[in-house]
Amino acid sequence: MSTHQHSTVPSDPELRVKALESLLVEKGLVDPKTLEELVDLYETKIGPRNGAKVVAKAWKDPEFKKYLLEKPTDAIASLGYRGRQGEHMRVVENTADIHNIVVCTLCSCYPWPVLGLPPVWYKSAPYRSRVVSDPRPEAPTDFQNKSLDELESMVTRNSMIGVEKIKDPEIRS
Amino acid sequence: MNSAHDLGGRHGFGPIAPEAENSEPVFHEDWERKALALVLAAGSLGQWNLDESRYSRESQHPVDYLRQSYYENWLSGLEKLLVEKGLVTEEELSSGRAFSKAEEELQKRLLQPEKVYSTIEKGGSTQMESDEPPEFNIGDRVRAKNRHPLTHTREPGYSRGREGIIEAHYGAHVMPDQNALGNRIGEHLYCVRFDAGELWGKDAPSKHLVFIDLWESDLEHA
Repeated sequence: MSTHQHSTVPSDPELRVKALESLLVEKGLVDPKTLEELVDLYETKIGPRNGAKVVAKAWKDPEFKKYLLEKPTDAIASLGYRGRQGEHMRVVENTADIHNIVVCTLCSCYPWPVLGLPPVWYKSAPYRSRVVSDPRPEAPTDFQNKSLDELESMVTRNSMIGVEKIKDPEIRS
Repeated sequence: MNSAHDLGGRHGFGPIAPEAENSEPVFHEDWERKALALVLAAGSLGQWNLDESRYSRESQHPVDYLRQSYYENWLSGLEKLLVEKGLVTEEELSSGRAFSKAEEELQKRLLQPEKVYSTIEKGGSTQMESDEPPEFNIGDRVRAKNRHPLTHTREPGYSRGREGIIEAHYGAHVMPDQNALGNRIGEHLYCVRFDAGELWGKDAPSKHLVFIDLWESDLEHA
């Protein structure tokens, strides 16, 4: 792969990945089973349902909500979600007056332990460029007194990023 | 560096066009799975840090950066680092075949499958101790410095020269500009609040606030 400083025609990424994997395995630097484990972790185990549990618990339990806002990393870890790309969490609360939206304009930083890997749109140029100058925020909705399970199911990943509001299926607009 | 990755505030990229949350797959191609896994597994060999990783992706030719998909950029960054750090040669990379095994010491660092979960769970804290007290207090008026480093920085172009207020102080953390050059030093990290009008002018389309995490050497008193 050339490291020249000019724009090159890229070769097929599928071929590059195949070549790279076999090279690194051959050199004893990477174990194919490890690669499978990593994929499995992020494809099936770590995802936004983690974050939904955190949010729903905060809605239901005022003590936990206080803990979450004061010591977000610890509070989230207390539910078992911690580690890579979530080492230093910050949690902000949407209110009647304030709606928050999260973006990484420079790359794709995202809280993996609670939301999993970011969606394509979050990592792409249209979102990264536009949302800081033209965010088009939407006001949050109120919702009824519900069970923890019901609350969890209402929390979408997009609402945790802030680009969507929570939809209560029982409220007629 | 003032390159294509520094996208905040740019125009012309078109609609955001998300896939529906409930149907978007985590990976869109099989090679993407492998790309992610290779980056994480190779990274765990301890030959580069996260800031060097980011720098390797953003320091490609800007046209390549914008044209390539996200995981292609990860792949390009990984290939670059592997060669730069001497883990593979250019010839090995282009042929896809190893000419020799890696050094013993490196092979010992191979991430074992049974260690994957605990390694991910441990993560990589950036918190550091600092001998220096913080320069700025919450509520201070500050200006993001008009600086244009040629190498990695987390001070976005759209913030430079703009004034804001210190909203929070996170303690000292690994300073990315330096860490990307191999110097692991800690600096005080802040959250700075900017008015939309300050960043985008009096005709800004929206009256909102932008909170940017900035390091002490990114900032000066205003």
